[in-house]
Amino acid sequence: MEIVITISSGFFILLGSFLCISGGIGLLRFPDFYTRMHAVGVTDTLGAGMILVGLMILSTDFLVFAKLVMVLLLTLLVGPTTSHVLAKAAFHNGVIPKDSSSLSQAKKKENNSSII
Amino acid sequence: MLAGIYGLLSASFFVAMDAVDVAFTEAAVGAGISTLLMLVVISMTGRKEKPTRHKPLPAFFVVIITGGLLIYGTLDMPHFGSEDAPIHNHTSPRYINDSMQEIGIPNIVTSVLASYRAFDTFGEVVVIFTAGIGVLTLLSVGRAKENDEEIESINDSMHQQHLVVRIVAKMLIPFIFLFALYVQFHGDFGPGGGFQAGVIFASAIILYAMLFGLVTARKVINQTFIQFIAALGVLLYGSVGIASLMNGGNFLDYNVLSSNPITGQHLGILIIEWGVGCTVASVMVVIFFNFAGRRERKQHKNKSQNKESST
Amino acid sequence: MLIAATLAIFVAMILAIIRGIAGPTLYDRILAVNMFGTKTVLLISLLGFVMGRPEFLDIAIVYALINFISVIGVLRYSDTNQFKHTPNDNESIKKDV
Repeated sequence: MEIVITISSGFFILLGSFLCISGGIGLLRFPDFYTRMHAVGVTDTLGAGMILVGLMILSTDFLVFAKLVMVLLLTLLVGPTTSHVLAKAAFHNGVIPKDSSSLSQAKKKENNSSII
Repeated sequence: MLAGIYGLLSASFFVAMDAVDVAFTEAAVGAGISTLLMLVVISMTGRKEKPTRHKPLPAFFVVIITGGLLIYGTLDMPHFGSEDAPIHNHTSPRYINDSMQEIGIPNIVTSVLASYRAFDTFGEVVVIFTAGIGVLTLLSVGRAKENDEEIESINDSMHQQHLVVRIVAKMLIPFIFLFALYVQFHGDFGPGGGFQAGVIFASAIILYAMLFGLVTARKVINQTFIQFIAALGVLLYGSVGIASLMNGGNFLDYNVLSSNPITGQHLGILIIEWGVGCTVASVMVVIFFNFAGRRERKQHKNKSQNKESST
Repeated sequence: MLIAATLAIFVAMILAIIRGIAGPTLYDRILAVNMFGTKTVLLISLLGFVMGRPEFLDIAIVYALINFISVIGVLRYSDTNQFKHTPNDNESIKKDV
């Protein structure tokens, strides 16, 4: 039983930290803001989820387990929302993606109608 | 931006040093609220300083002399962190050894803050309250009656723009309130207490005001009610002191508040933490509403000027 | 293994700071601060387990909330095109002073 707990939690924690590091490397190497945001948003939330699940397997007390569940729920709820808000604000304020051929059509449509 | 990172970094520092309550407060205040308030202010002021009309040289001299005197005064004190300083030999061991018997709560930080040094904490609460009064005196503007259609149109456009965040925030805000109450009452046993709980409570209200518009937020939370709560917090704190005076002990001596000294300590700490939480929460809300309200008035003025110049 | 994970998250935080200092646009920096915040939450949870003090999880919850509120606050107050449109007129962007 001990070895099952150690191996499964170790697997989750290592996978989660690998995802976090790869998100950080993506943040540095991707060419454009939107691609970077994609890298960070996805790997951040998933990596955090994995690490928290690994910690939940390791926990002994019920109170610690409940608090970790709350942190996990909060991270899952807040992470994608932040990515959405960031991307929307950047788009409205004029950050243009690199491959902007399809974007100019979208901007033309946006200027014509009044509902975004 | 970098100020936000700095706040978060110093908070992780405190956690690594095992100082949990300080990390808590640093997280809530330094990384969150100060960044927000700085941003509101920066978004209001321009980019260049106005040229000063008077030479600030005499003020400079006064500051240098006062600073020099203060530094000279501290040269007498024992070195920072030296081993034979009285604080390490006499006061700290007494707090650590006797806190559990005299007060009976596991968290020594709360017992020192709220019972041994309750008078200092009273001073802190009064300082926070004075800051709130200062902001109110300097920045309070009379609220013009905006017409309701304008508010409706703004709300509709904002609702379409920020739909996702609004729904998520609506789900989160009750839980933030609940968590603030948990932190408030759990200060005896874990990190927490009045200050942190007040800041978390205020941040929930600020989130609501940011996403749903200041006007709606003002309708939900009445300005006079908030000011009353700020004063009530200080009054609660002071009245605990007066109650212990009337029961025959010193000012803010909790032992005489009830028949059993330990129960008296618990009761006293509970009430004053409640007072601290009330004052901190309401002062933060007042400061934010005043800063942001001024900014909105400026925008409304600009917008109406634009409309007038274009029609 | 927990210590390895802590070091990994620390490395990720350093990468985020590098991007935060060198990001060309404002939004890169906001993204870096947000990532730094979520990594701090994870760091505190891991440190709590390593040092055997589970009270740190309260702080982790507070950080997650404050991170969220700060990012939303920053975005609200650094918007250069404020009121996007009103239903009455046709112009779509009003520039703020």
